[in-house]
Amino acid sequence: MTHYSVFSLLKNTLGGHKGWPRAWRDPEPKARYDVIVVGGGGHGLATAYYLAKNHGITNVAVLERGYLGGGNVGRNTTIVRSNYELPGNTEFYEHSLKLWEGLSQDLNYNVMFSQRSVINLAHSDGQMDAYARRGNRMRINGIDSELLSRDEVREKAPYLSFENARFPIYGGLSQPRGGTARHDAVAWGFARAADLRGVDLIQNCEVTGFIREGGRVTGVETTRGTIMAGKVGLAVAGSTTELTRKVGLDLPIESHVLQAFVSEGLKPMIDQVITFGAGHFYISQSDKGGLVFGGDLDGYNTYAQRGNLPLIEDVMTEGVAMIPALSRLRLLRHWGGIMDMSMDGSPIIDKTPIDGLYLNTGWCYGGFKATPGSGWCFAHTIARDEPSPYNTRLRLDRFARGHTIDEKGSGPVPKKH
Amino acid sequence: MSKPCPINDHRLPTGGLIDRQRQKSFVFDGRRYCGYEGDTLASALLANGVHLAGRSFKYHRPRGIFSDGPEEPNALVEMRIGARREPNTRATMVELYDGLIANSQNRFPALSFDLQAVNQWLSPGLVAGFYYKTFMWPKKGWMFYEHIIRHAAGLGTATLEPDPDLYEKVHAHCDVLVIGGGPAGIAAALAAGRAGARVMLCDERPDLGGTLRYEEREIDGKPALDWAGGHLAELAGMPDVTVLRRTTAFGTYDGNTVGLVERVSDHLPTPAPFQVRQRMWTVRAKKIVLATGAIERPLVFPNNDKPGVMLASAVRSYIRQYGVKPGERAVLFATNDDAYRTALALNEAGAGVTVVDPRGEHGTAWPERVRDAGIEVLTGHVITSLKGRLRVKEVLAMESDGRGHKGSPRPIAADLVAVSGGWAPTLHLATHAGAKATWDEERGSFVPDMTKCRADMTVVGSANGTNTLSGAIEEGFATGAAAAKAVGKSAPDPISVEVDDPAEAPVRSLWKVEPAQGQPSKSFVDLQNDATAKDIEIANREGYISVEHMKRYTTLGMATDQGKTANVNGLALLAEARGQSIPDVGTTTFRPPYTPVTLGAMVGRHTAKHYKPIRRTPMHDWHTDAGAVFVEAGLWLRPQYYPRPGEDVHAAMRREVKMTRNGVGLCDVSTLGKIDIQGPDAAEFLNRTYSNGFKTLAVGKARYGLMLREDGIVYDDGTTSRLGENHYLMTTTTGHAVEVMGLLEYYAQVLWPELDVQLTSVTDHWAAIAVAGPKSRTVLADAIAGIDFSNQGLPFMGVADGTLDGVPARVFRISFSGDLAYEIQVPADHGHQAWKALMAAGEAHDICPYGMEALNIMRIEKGFVTHAEIDGRTTPGDLGLDKMASRKKSYIGRFLLEREALKDPDRPTLIGLRPVDGKATIRAGSILVRDPVTAGPDDMEGHVTSQCYSPTFGEPIALALLKNGPNRIGETIWATFPLYNVSVQCEITPTVRFDPDGSKVKGETTDA
Amino acid sequence: MIRLDCPHCGPRDQTEFNYGGDGRIERPGDDASLTAWNDFVYTRDNPRGPHVELWQHTAGCRQWIKVARDTLTHEIIAVGTMGDDIEAKIADPDRGGVEA
Repeated sequence: MTHYSVFSLLKNTLGGHKGWPRAWRDPEPKARYDVIVVGGGGHGLATAYYLAKNHGITNVAVLERGYLGGGNVGRNTTIVRSNYELPGNTEFYEHSLKLWEGLSQDLNYNVMFSQRSVINLAHSDGQMDAYARRGNRMRINGIDSELLSRDEVREKAPYLSFENARFPIYGGLSQPRGGTARHDAVAWGFARAADLRGVDLIQNCEVTGFIREGGRVTGVETTRGTIMAGKVGLAVAGSTTELTRKVGLDLPIESHVLQAFVSEGLKPMIDQVITFGAGHFYISQSDKGGLVFGGDLDGYNTYAQRGNLPLIEDVMTEGVAMIPALSRLRLLRHWGGIMDMSMDGSPIIDKTPIDGLYLNTGWCYGGFKATPGSGWCFAHTIARDEPSPYNTRLRLDRFARGHTIDEKGSGPVPKKH
Repeated sequence: MSKPCPINDHRLPTGGLIDRQRQKSFVFDGRRYCGYEGDTLASALLANGVHLAGRSFKYHRPRGIFSDGPEEPNALVEMRIGARREPNTRATMVELYDGLIANSQNRFPALSFDLQAVNQWLSPGLVAGFYYKTFMWPKKGWMFYEHIIRHAAGLGTATLEPDPDLYEKVHAHCDVLVIGGGPAGIAAALAAGRAGARVMLCDERPDLGGTLRYEEREIDGKPALDWAGGHLAELAGMPDVTVLRRTTAFGTYDGNTVGLVERVSDHLPTPAPFQVRQRMWTVRAKKIVLATGAIERPLVFPNNDKPGVMLASAVRSYIRQYGVKPGERAVLFATNDDAYRTALALNEAGAGVTVVDPRGEHGTAWPERVRDAGIEVLTGHVITSLKGRLRVKEVLAMESDGRGHKGSPRPIAADLVAVSGGWAPTLHLATHAGAKATWDEERGSFVPDMTKCRADMTVVGSANGTNTLSGAIEEGFATGAAAAKAVGKSAPDPISVEVDDPAEAPVRSLWKVEPAQGQPSKSFVDLQNDATAKDIEIANREGYISVEHMKRYTTLGMATDQGKTANVNGLALLAEARGQSIPDVGTTTFRPPYTPVTLGAMVGRHTAKHYKPIRRTPMHDWHTDAGAVFVEAGLWLRPQYYPRPGEDVHAAMRREVKMTRNGVGLCDVSTLGKIDIQGPDAAEFLNRTYSNGFKTLAVGKARYGLMLREDGIVYDDGTTSRLGENHYLMTTTTGHAVEVMGLLEYYAQVLWPELDVQLTSVTDHWAAIAVAGPKSRTVLADAIAGIDFSNQGLPFMGVADGTLDGVPARVFRISFSGDLAYEIQVPADHGHQAWKALMAAGEAHDICPYGMEALNIMRIEKGFVTHAEIDGRTTPGDLGLDKMASRKKSYIGRFLLEREALKDPDRPTLIGLRPVDGKATIRAGSILVRDPVTAGPDDMEGHVTSQCYSPTFGEPIALALLKNGPNRIGETIWATFPLYNVSVQCEITPTVRFDPDGSKVKGETTDA
Repeated sequence: MIRLDCPHCGPRDQTEFNYGGDGRIERPGDDASLTAWNDFVYTRDNPRGPHVELWQHTAGCRQWIKVARDTLTHEIIAVGTMGDDIEAKIADPDRGGVEA
């Protein structure tokens, strides 16, 4: 394995780039692992990495149905932030953000984490009050936040709709440490770093069933044969219930499609991540120059990684309402990812009632920014059989006990979160 | 008449479909040129000898016009200037108009001299994956590197101004939608149209005909374009046929829905007044016929990106369609017979041509036919390199099978290299709906596999791999006829066409030409994103072997052209690198849109103030005349306050409160949701819906009701009145009016179908006016006839019918201010009249209209909750409304309210606050802590939900949710606001400050 | 554009409807356990494939209807009124009359 450094870059440039080794191996699955992580997306790969790094558990396989990073980690709007208000979310997402801040160096892979700030616009006094409450709670939690006046927003983003807007901008809440990252690099960086520590990354390997002994999950059936495991962790986002159904475990999860959009490449135009408060729209600009943006769910249960025109038109409408100059730009590509929408809009990282089976789900829109934190906490939960301090509130039984974490206050209706 | 064009020296003396009588002057990169009506910007530039049109994304290499259509990877320009500036526009799709201004992009300072072309010299390092491996040191360094990278990246520059143009959206239905107006598409539309089907035929170009516009072909003994023209005229005469030109079908969606964008006036300098720029069509088609043709595949060989390299079919098109001679001395590098037509076209245009064909002598008539025209054909040869900086100057050809080159390179002077590696069918719209492109080795091309296509769609013509003209027409006609038959029309008479389709030898799949020994060079696969054959090898070597990994690691196919000329070659090279077949490697997914779509077209008219509808109450004009300042409340505009001369918001709202509290005020509350509920089971229905009891409500009485969600959390509140034995009127909050209606219908239709109850939304049917204050009774007694306003006649929470200014009026004695107050409802059409009548009746008592600010102050003084407290996380107990959660009956939300966390006595509960100093503002959103200096995450005990300066009590007051709050009345707590670094010490008070014993609201006495 | 054949109004765009989620869950009786209530409010089957769900034709007849829809392909398998036996319709191989 070649460490990426100025030296290795120079050496390989002179050598015509023929000396770069594979970023990860392509191993045959072994008969047994200590831990199997199902799902080779960002969360699964991060879990494997932190199992090896933090807990010394290296006899680990990540089983991926398709190709590594082919799910939501490769089809999102790349936003990273920890501007949450409620206990459960604040400590978890801030822990994740702190991991982001050293991730490129930790992984020796440039994930291009760019702390260009995340600004949420407010369009009413009530919204300003709600942002103030959130920002104040963030401050007390040690998370950076700034309440911006209308003029301060205008100074940072003069192209926003300040004239003739249907819903005038009152101000906004900013998290300067928020930003974006290069989504594919996150998956590949975790994959390479996990592989380096001995984790087997097995692609084109779909889990079709579970092996149970005396109630305990002791392995999985896959399209590449039976693989035994001491523990099995699920990190499969929208496909979670398809797997848990096989062991009779019902979850507070619905799968919905969230569409994402990218414009043609442009010279720098939008410096921050900005979200609209008079609709649901968020936008940033990638380093390549494309404007990356999104909005609401299509709003019905689905496993299709594609959405429909009405929602697309809604998103464009909200975008132009927020930034009138977007009107003349062109939509280059749109696609969809399947979100594991939980009933309170917050994630679940927990043991399941079934011995040997662990659960990482309910990411809703928030999965990408959670990637390192999710892997860190899930690895802890699997290794120690108890949650880490950062996911003690992200339990599966919180619904039955009433400890829901409902940031939006929209109740048990997944499409509203 | 026309003045001579200053430069136009690469125009053929005759020919083309341009109108040489109509000159168009245009400016590119500050220089003036001329072209003709019918030109594209690309053809006009070529006519002026301009090939160099852009710089590549990464290496800033000079690039020329490469194609004549939507697949263009190189010639991207910034069209227009100012607020209409439109970056990344393909010059090949821009119709020339007089006064057109375009600029090249991604270059500094000039297209011919770009300083960032220094990247070329760094290019040995800037290969696939470069950025992932570097810029990690020092730890915080990325923000610095990124700033530089961002400014070097990107293509064109967007305007920051609002778009001055208009857009619109159209919805359409048809029997048969034919996409693509080439020979197959015309035939399909003709068949369906003759059968009497409702047909839509669209084509992205300004004129239909497709390849017939430049191929020298004959159909039935006449020029092919005449055949097309005759049938297009016939289609134009059919009443149920719609032909849309300049219209791109960009995506296929569920329900056989296709999105189209019609560029209505992009070919004009500016749209005419009230004319839209673009129009989006949402078409629901029973049958879709895809006749989108094919895109020529270029060849991958060393230095294949120099200006002057062009697709072979594009060369023909420029010569025949636009009368342009794209080069004086050309080399055709082709692996198929079809491209030999380009050699003939060049020859006819008077350009020198040499054909380089890697195939050996292959037995068809084409090489001989070309040689007969005096053109040299080098079979068994490849091009191993190109020379020239801003334009090809010389071609090096070698005898070769593509890999093992023999002999020494033969230099051929050339300023144009036409390339053709075969064809790739345009299947985007089919794959959007689940169809797959499968590799047909025999044809050396992808072909559609429609077995998994969710749309009712048939692919015809060259999009279907049908490579003869007669075949395309016959296939199109048969498919159009079958589609019409399937929707119930009788099939048209069959047609037969006579076309000379000469035999063609198979395409030789040549995926890459290796450089000759000792020639360091790049072979480009994706021209726009600068992805090279070597990048693909590197990706493969590093294990990015999934086709999606390769695409993402090399960025191949991810530029604005989405790899239309790159994807097939990229896949084939990956397959080669992996030692697998193309089908084993698989394909990447085409994502919509097929070509980039202007955002404005998808927005239509919903811009600026029209982003969302504006709802106005019946009294809106009165408020406007009275000088009210309005505030958005959901979709509604509501008066915020009514300033008198010299008053700011604070002065106005305080005065409004005082005038109301001391006399009488009125407020427009028409926005509250109103639902009329009738039926024998209406009482039972309400009793199950609200958490408090409704079975005992008497006729002529109103009751405050609390509505929970099934999870036990408070959802909405309002008063519901019993108007008759089986007749109720519910009010909801403004914000939830629409949702509550849907929810009640869910209860009635889904949960409790056994209940006989009818629901009607009457929010818009009734104007509602709150009349509050000690003198409200006096004013109403004067104004409204037929009601006994005495405390016995209309007690608190009583409801009565009367007449106001001759209009039937319902009067509810309810109060949201805490004062003696009423709500008057009149039919909406009489709202304005009723308001004026009340103002007149109250004039003697100095009646005062009050807005949302005053309303909010008074409800805080009275301790009433709104959405600031009902925030989707509070239980009845949290709001101090525990008694409204019945223990005696079953209702929505009853059972999950029993969960442990919802019964926790330590939950934050509603209390009031006042500053200890009686002065400091307690900001909403403040967090309640015991010590603002040391407070940490576990020390937060609640937050301030609402606050105001109370004119009634002469100090700031607030409502807040505080842990165990009701048991801490009289204690102090800090409201801290770290965002502004302020904290206020507060005394915890009861929530109700105003009229705590209810004597005023229930009162007997009229304050006169 | 998903198109639903409203049993009361005929085929209409998805934009005329409000999605109501899983149509197979049943509200428990008053004497049901807290677990049953918890399942009713929070637990969903969430299948990948045929899914019986509720939609309300909000911009039309305002009726809640049952729809059997494939969550992978978005094919509308059957539609019915609240009183219809949609399970029988799904089982019927000759469903007929369903708008694509």
